Amino acid sequence: MPQEDGNIVEMHGITKRFPGVLANENVTFCVRSGEIHALLGENGAGKSTLMNILSGLYKPDEGEIFVKGKRIQIGSPRHAIEAGIGMVHQHFRLVENFSVAENITLGMSTPRFLLDMAAIEDEVLALSKEYGLQLDPKAQIWQLSVGEQQRVEIVKMLYRRADVLILDEPTAVLTPQETRELFATLERMKETGRSIIFITHKLEEVMQVADRVTVLRAGRVAATADKTDVTSRQLASLMVGKEYSPTLPGKTALETAPVLTLSDVTAYGDRGTVALDGVSLEVKAGEILGIAGVAGNGQRELTEVITGLRKTTSGTISLLGQDITNRTPLEVINSGVSFVPEDRYGTGMAPNLSLVDNVILKSYRTRIMCKGPFINYDAARRQTQGLVEQFQVKCAGIYSRARLLSGGNAQKLLLGREISSDPKLLIAAYPTRGLDIGAAEAIRSILINQRNQGIAILLISEDLEELMRLSDRIAIMYEGKIMGTLDRDEWDIERIGLLMAGVRDVQHEEALT
Amino acid sequence: MTQTTFGFITAVLAAAVEAGTPILYAALGEILTERAGILNLSVEGTMLVGAVSGFLATVATGNLAAGILGAAIAGGIIAAIHAFLSVTLKVNQVVSGLSLSMFATGVSGYLGKPIIGVAAPVSFKSIPIPGLSKIPVLGPMFFNHNLLVYGSYVLVAFLWYFVYKTRPGLHMRSVGESPRTADSLGINVSFVQYTYTIIGGALSGIAGAYLSLAYAPSWIEQMTAGRGWIAIALVIFAVWNPLRAMIGAYLFGGIEALGFRIQVVGATISPIVLKMMPYIFTIAVLIITTARSASYKNEAPQALGVPYERE
Repeated sequence: MPQEDGNIVEMHGITKRFPGVLANENVTFCVRSGEIHALLGENGAGKSTLMNILSGLYKPDEGEIFVKGKRIQIGSPRHAIEAGIGMVHQHFRLVENFSVAENITLGMSTPRFLLDMAAIEDEVLALSKEYGLQLDPKAQIWQLSVGEQQRVEIVKMLYRRADVLILDEPTAVLTPQETRELFATLERMKETGRSIIFITHKLEEVMQVADRVTVLRAGRVAATADKTDVTSRQLASLMVGKEYSPTLPGKTALETAPVLTLSDVTAYGDRGTVALDGVSLEVKAGEILGIAGVAGNGQRELTEVITGLRKTTSGTISLLGQDITNRTPLEVINSGVSFVPEDRYGTGMAPNLSLVDNVILKSYRTRIMCKGPFINYDAARRQTQGLVEQFQVKCAGIYSRARLLSGGNAQKLLLGREISSDPKLLIAAYPTRGLDIGAAEAIRSILINQRNQGIAILLISEDLEELMRLSDRIAIMYEGKIMGTLDRDEWDIERIGLLMAGVRDVQHEEALT
Repeated sequence: MTQTTFGFITAVLAAAVEAGTPILYAALGEILTERAGILNLSVEGTMLVGAVSGFLATVATGNLAAGILGAAIAGGIIAAIHAFLSVTLKVNQVVSGLSLSMFATGVSGYLGKPIIGVAAPVSFKSIPIPGLSKIPVLGPMFFNHNLLVYGSYVLVAFLWYFVYKTRPGLHMRSVGESPRTADSLGINVSFVQYTYTIIGGALSGIAGAYLSLAYAPSWIEQMTAGRGWIAIALVIFAVWNPLRAMIGAYLFGGIEALGFRIQVVGATISPIVLKMMPYIFTIAVLIITTARSASYKNEAPQALGVPYERE
């Protein structure tokens, strides 16, 4: 039964079980009309599950949902849309080969048969202007930046007249400036009486934009409060469940020669468009070079040309003075490059093989792993056992399948494998993405330890705070170009953000504003 | 150009359309199926079932419309099995399609035993369109054919419009591109995939009936002679576009027709080589199309052959 006037959505006693996991347990969650309500929690706390229930993707095992005072069953996304609930997923639900307008009209029931695209494009344009969300309705999705794609998602929900908009980790893929624009849009939508549910694990964002906050921990509600009644420190301990103080090993200063040098490297992306456009950079021994940038600006291609997975069309790549341009992955590995790819389970591991097999995927050729033509499984077992202990990988035994590892444990094992080959250069792409705070910190301290031992590290991340904590220098990528490389004393979040958005002349920009 | 060579070319072009039409029907069906994200490799067997069912229905009723309807229903049933296996049971679509093709080929042989050598009581005859059929070259090429050929013109135009300009067409494409997106917007992914797989099968069935009721009015085992496989290759050549499928089908038809005529004219090329032509051409076309990859990669339905599961 609805409890309170002014609540547009009420979820009572929601419980959702997945095989072996209790994702939500007796969760009660209410949203008022015209508020921005943050749903805060660590990865795996059950935020997305709860919102997938509200948007009709999952059915709850127990509990009731009221929208605008009426109890409803949300059996499918269509029901949710009809009830005025729209969700912008973390991984956008857009058809890449369709235009903006086609994506926005997709799934609507009118017009029934013939599509007058010109009329739909006009409507989309009008709506996007009304909310200050600039869009070209004719553009194809794959041509758009991630920030623009997010705008398409939001306009899509406005077009469906959604009163309740759910945003799942919307800022993870944005530059700081785009984040500010998003927050301004959310304010504007709030003024028109809409409610916004904002899923996040970032405390600053809650303090910045939310009116109220609900904290989830391990599938249960830890607290619901007005923002003005809580401090970010209180929220942090509610979220983690204990006092939390981050510690990272200290850094030792090292001044050394370059390990990796890229000069003027150009390469095409999967679509045949230029993905790397004259990239030059240098990583020295014992330093972490951070690569900042919105995902999709050439970071993946950068890792691929270095590791030999993608051909360059011009420019040279050298490792310790030795030319490794367009060598095969095996030659690159043998010359001392280790790689923690962004797609952990796809590129980094064979998920259906055991931990042991995964650990020796690269080293099975080496003398110690061989017994004549056969694999020396004793050595393989010893090495796996060693890595599991050293990096505290929690697993159901070293012969269990790698897919059964949680994200954090899989990443620790992968990183361990890559380090154990004594590389000269370590490339780590989004190494902490999707990990909970504890695991992410463990990964970060491994990286710093490696740096302190003199390994050159190329670190790609979307998390600017992480980059600023770990990196010695930060290079910013935009549309396949290096916009600039900043030292510790030169960077601040504003400056990095502008470069991420493609604004090269920072001084000029500051003079204008 | 002498009168005879001119006549020869006109005859080959007309025969190209005639021989290309069954491939066109099957390819149009497969385009719909693949646009919805389902790879159905059972076209060859489905065509055979369509051919034999259409023939049986016509023998039983003496009615050609009943024959076409019977072929479409039989083709739809075979495709429905594929849809059940790939959409509901989410089995590997390549395995399902290949085994169904063999199964359907066997079924067609079984059903056709009693009618081997039986003459069709009626068959589709050429109906020249007054006026249009008198245009030099184009007239004989396009406007002096049977009803099924004319039907394919209408179908191509309609399907092109349907695929690119209508809401159901947009929804069908979205399911083949990104079923997750379609699902999140309330489009019933399974329903869409079942629908277009079954319609695709029905069109393959009609393609088969064209062979047994129009092209060579009789039932002969294995009478499709690989046309189903060519149709699948044609879908890639056509980059899933009905209009391009039409061009491609007549190209294949032309090569088949040319093989015949060259023998008749008395050229000294081995007839075995000539019979191989359509298949060699298929392989060549596939290599060329997929090698200039950009448009092929971008046009291919991104989720083709991947069973959809809600996380």
